[in-house]
Order: sequence, then structure tokens, then C-alpha cells
Amino acid sequence: MNTNTLAPPARVETRAGGAGQRPRRRFLTLKRRDRIAGYLFITPQLAGIVAFVLIPLVLVVYYSFQKWNVLSGSIEPAGLDNYQKLLSDPQMPSVLGATAIFSVGLVLFNIPLALLLAVLLNRSGRGIAFFRTVFFSPVVIAIVAWTIVWQFLLQDNGGVNGFLKLFGIAGPNWLESGPTAMAAVIVVQVFKNVGLNMVLFLSGLQGVPAEIQEAARVDGASAQTVFARITLPLISPTILLTVIITIVGSLQVFAQIAVLTKGGPGISTTVLVYYLFQQAFQFHNFGYGSTLAILLFVIVLILTVIQWQLRKRWVFYES
Amino acid sequence: MRTARKLAGVAAIAVAALALSACSGSSPTPAKTTAAPNSVSLRMTTWTANPDQLALFNKIADAYKQTHPEIKSITFDSLPYDDYTSTLTTQIAGGSAPDLAWVLDTDATDFVQSGVLSPLTDSLKATKGYDYGDIGSSAAKLWTKDKQLYAYPFSTSPFVVFANDALLKKAGEPTSAELQAQGKWDLKDIADVASQVNAKTGQGGLIVNNFNYDDWTLLSTIWNAWGAAPWSADGSKCTFTSSKMNDAFDFINKAVFDQNAMPGPGTNLNFFSGGSAFVITQISSANLLPAGGFAWNMLPLPGRTADSTNHVIGQAGVGVLAKGKNAQEAQDFLAYFTNPSNAKKLAQYFPPPRTSLVNAETLAATNPVLSKKQLNDVVIPSLKNAVTRPGHVNQTQVASEVKTALTPMWKPNADVSSILKNVCSSVQSSLAG
Repeated sequence: MNTNTLAPPARVETRAGGAGQRPRRRFLTLKRRDRIAGYLFITPQLAGIVAFVLIPLVLVVYYSFQKWNVLSGSIEPAGLDNYQKLLSDPQMPSVLGATAIFSVGLVLFNIPLALLLAVLLNRSGRGIAFFRTVFFSPVVIAIVAWTIVWQFLLQDNGGVNGFLKLFGIAGPNWLESGPTAMAAVIVVQVFKNVGLNMVLFLSGLQGVPAEIQEAARVDGASAQTVFARITLPLISPTILLTVIITIVGSLQVFAQIAVLTKGGPGISTTVLVYYLFQQAFQFHNFGYGSTLAILLFVIVLILTVIQWQLRKRWVFYES
Repeated sequence: MRTARKLAGVAAIAVAALALSACSGSSPTPAKTTAAPNSVSLRMTTWTANPDQLALFNKIADAYKQTHPEIKSITFDSLPYDDYTSTLTTQIAGGSAPDLAWVLDTDATDFVQSGVLSPLTDSLKATKGYDYGDIGSSAAKLWTKDKQLYAYPFSTSPFVVFANDALLKKAGEPTSAELQAQGKWDLKDIADVASQVNAKTGQGGLIVNNFNYDDWTLLSTIWNAWGAAPWSADGSKCTFTSSKMNDAFDFINKAVFDQNAMPGPGTNLNFFSGGSAFVITQISSANLLPAGGFAWNMLPLPGRTADSTNHVIGQAGVGVLAKGKNAQEAQDFLAYFTNPSNAKKLAQYFPPPRTSLVNAETLAATNPVLSKKQLNDVVIPSLKNAVTRPGHVNQTQVASEVKTALTPMWKPNADVSSILKNVCSSVQSSLAG
């Protein structure tokens, strides 16, 4: 009782007679406590991003202005030398060309195939779960193991040509000529990851309201029209997501190239990431390798921004 | 704005960390060890994972620890052979360099010239009972700069030819010994026989082991028969365009595509499982021969003619990383690891560089499947008069550029001369450094 009666006058006194005295506030207000809790929750993630993304990113920028030979241990300022070398590097047109062919080939092959599989498997019935599992299973297989198996299959006397021989077809020496080697790398990558995009499309397709499709059918729309005019627009956010994931992933392809072709024959399958690896880790030019990493970063950034802007034109849901 | 300040802070910390790490790596090689007892952990990178070999290394290390109280541990870190050098350089770049490292012969020039390895001569000479002069000068040549040895060439293994006599007989061709007796142990006659084996049995003829149209340095086992070399002795001038090299590649191209004497690109055959009549490889591969398997023989690398010689060796060295924090202790251990007594033990697995050990008795222990006659007739002459595989101070870059420029060579009727000219124009700037 005493406490209740004494407390209010004290506050009043503080406010009223307050010349020279500030009101006392608790440091750990509810708002601050919430904020600290929030920071504590994100600290582990933030620490990881700082240690493994931001600091390396800053260091890569720094290294790109250095001439660093790992073996000799010499690191000295190089100014814009690495960037000038990038512009005059005679290998760059071939490297960027191979990168573009791989990315375009992957998107053109992967996205339609994944969508086709998703449409075919977007139904209930016996065996559907089995087929979904079959097409998704390569996604969880180790990439190097997957690629080594394909390396055996794609040899001149390997399984693929053995299969073609059954039909009287003499298959090419897949990994030993530029165009077929690139095609082989694309196909190996498509079969590895098509299951992931298929699952994304499946989830998109299952989110399409059945009543809208039904209404279109009642209005006399054919199956193709329903798919083109109703289904595709409604899954356009999923299409955007898969295209972005596939393009970014295609620009980072490494293991398949390293195992299957080592960038050859010649440099026909030397994509940007593999070239970066060669320069930094095989030729010991970490400075120039860092410059190539900056180039890759800029390319990924530009492509992502372009797609993000284009979504306003063709993604149905976006505001 | 606050975000910009935070990023600037992160950048400053990162740059400071880099500067500190760069400074910390430049300490001079320490003097004789003053390390406290049980305070030094040494690590040696290798590309062998052979349990018997690792057991021997550990046994030598355990004996060393008995008399060196400063040593807490010595570990042998097996890295995959295919990525060995890039893994090692990544460790060096990441500040986690080993104290000692095996080095491939093709990387020797690069490693020796770059300064990444400590000079060893003074330390080894100062070690009581080491007998430094026993290390053959030809074996040490690749690993020496300014009269200082930078890596001990613990494995000096000559390239030879293994022949599958059973397959030769099956094809109705003379066995390898018969070929030699007939004065036909030369590249041309071997290619003719290999072609016949392929035509009659469908099996491979002549394989250059591990070449796989990738590691072109292994073709030195063939072009050396012509006396060709890829670049000048000082490494500054491309010599792929020499007439000798033209003749050598003309032979190789015809052997692959006209005669089918050598398997073409993309065809993987294994001699040791009976897949071909001949294989060019190092004698250390003898342990891959199947026990109780096909009848085989070992002969010297064939020359261009039956009476000419062709000696090529593959080497591996072990050196001390100059910037390792235990460089002195690592040098001391290396001196013990390769002293005469331990060199003899290592010779069980690796053909030694010490001249006192280059004899049939010691080498018989190295390769128990080889007879003393084979060792005397084939191996010992190869060890004493051989060239090494080509190496350059820019080895990885040069090797990559040559491999790329040689790509058109691996087609029928290749224009050998213009391809080799293109090799030189592609690689000349990298050779000049």
C-alpha cells in the first residue's frame, strides 16, 4: 500500500520540479531488448556472411589490384595492370564464348525439360512418386561421382557409343572435339539438375487454382490454350526463379569441366570459372584470378538485375 | 551511410589482416634450432597413400623423435596426385604451407627458381655422416640453382618399356626379346608390331602411360629418341619447330591415326590388365604387373634406330618450405630422412639418387619382380645417362598453352609443321617470362 501511494508523487516531483534533472529511464527497454535479441539471433549468420562472403569479397577486390605470385610469395601493387590484361587477354573471347554457350544451352535445355517433366508428373496415380524420385535422385548424387560415371560413358569406346552401336550408329568421340565436348558437358549438367527445377515447377503447378483452369475449359479452351494462357502465366514467378537459379548456377560450373574435359579440347570448354581456377591455382596468378572473379561477379550481377527488371513485364503476380 | 561506414570498417580490417599476414611470412630462415622440447610439429605433403610407404616414413620419423626432443609430431599428409601441385600452392597461399613437400619433376624448375624452397646444401653437408657427395650430380641437376640443392631427388625412376609377350604371341608377332635379338628394338619396328597387334586382336598396341592426350611432357619419352627438346636449355626459346621435333610428332601422328599402333584420344586402355602389347612407363610401375598374370618383359626405351639410345627419367624431390615457421627443424629432419641409412630404406620403394645405391642389389629390393639382368641391362644405364621430362619456371602456364596448341595434332593427317609453329607462337611469350 505504501509503495502504491508513494510512487506516483515521486514521478510527479521529478517531472514538475525537474529543473536540472532528467527523467530516469531503464536502459533495457522492451524495444531495446527486442532489438538485442534480434541481433543475437542473426549474429551466427552474420558472422558467417562477414567471414566467408564480405571479407573474401573485399580481399578479392584488393587482390585484383595486386600482382601476387603464390610460389615466390611476392605481392606488389599492380595498379590497373590486371584489368588491362583482362581487356587484352587473347583467351577471353573464347572463354566468354564458351561461358555463354554453356549458359544458353543449359537454360534452353534444362528449363523446358524440367517443365515438361513437371507437367507429366503433375498428377496423382500409381508410380508417379517413383518417377518423381527417379528424376530427382541425380540432384542428391555427389557431382564428382556423377561426372566420373559420365566420363566413362562418354569415352570413344564407352557406354553411350556402345548403345548407339546397337542401332548401327557410329557415335562421335564425344569429349575429344569442341562442339560435342560442350554438348556433352551441357547434357551431363542438365541431367544432374533438371530434377531440382522439376520439383520447383511441380510446386508451382500445384499452386495453380483448379477452378480457373476448369472455367477456361468450360469456356471451350483447348488443353494447349489452358496451358499457354492460364497455367504458364500463373507459374511465371516459378519460371523466373528457376531461370535465375539456372543461369547463376551455369556461370559457376566447375566440377563437370574439371573432371570431364579440363577445359579442352583446346580451350573449347574453358568457361570463366575454370579459367579463373587455372589462372589462380594452376598458374599461380592470384591477382589476375581475382580480376576474373570480379568480372564473373559483375556478369552475374548484371544478368540478375536485368531479369529482376524484366519480371515486371512477364511475371504475372508481381506488383 | 551507416552501411557504408560498416563496409569501410570491414575493408580496413581485411586489408590490415592481409598486411599482417604478408609481413609475418617474410621472416628469415631461423638459425640452428632453439625450439623448446615437444614444441615443433612438422608436416610433409606427399602424393603417395601407399600404406607400406607411409609406414616406413613413420618409422623413420619415430626414430628421429627419439633423439630430437623438440619434435612433438611429424605427419605425412597424402594429397591426391592429380591435384597435388595446385593443392600445395593453395595451402601456401592460404598460409597453411607444410614444412616439407614432395615436388614433381615437371614443377622442379618453377619451385627451385621461385624461392619457395630453402637451400639445403649447407645443412646437408654439415650433417655428420650424410655423405653429400654421394648424391649423383645428374640426379641433382634439376633441383640445383647456383650450386645449392633445393630439393633432395628421393625418387629417380627411369622410363622403360614393358611388353606383353603373351599378347604378342597371340597376335603371331615376335616377342619383345625376339624383336631385340632381331635388331628391331626401335620405335619404327615397335610401331609396326603394335599396329599388327591392334589389327589382329583388337587390343591396344603401344601406350604412353598416363599421357591421355593431356600430359604432353610424357611424349618426351618418344621425341628424345630424335634428340628433340621443347625449348632451349635456358628455357627462353621454343624449339618445337625443330626438324627433330617435326619428325618425332610426324611419327606419333602416323602411329596413332594411320597405323592404329597407339590408342587414339578418348580410348583408355590399361597395359597392366592386358589391354595392350607395349607400355612406356617408369620402372616403379612394375608393381602393377599382376602376379601370375600374362608373360611380360622389360626393355629399355627404344631409340630411333636399334643401335641408338633413349634415356628419360622421371623424378620426385622433397624440399623444405622456406617460409615455414619450422624451416630449420624441417631441414634437420630432411637431413636425417635422406641420410645414407634411410636412403637405403627408401630405396625399397623409390630408385635412389645416391650413386652408392645405384646397383642391381639395391634396385632388386626396389623392384623385386625385376631380375638382376634386367636391372643391369635396362635400369642402371638409364639412370646414369638420362634427361628429365621438360620443366620450366612457368611450367603450369606453359604446359597448358602447349596442350591447347597441340590439340589439332590429334587428328588424322594433321599438318604437323604448322601446328608446331603455332605451338611456338602460342607459348613463346610465356617462355620468355
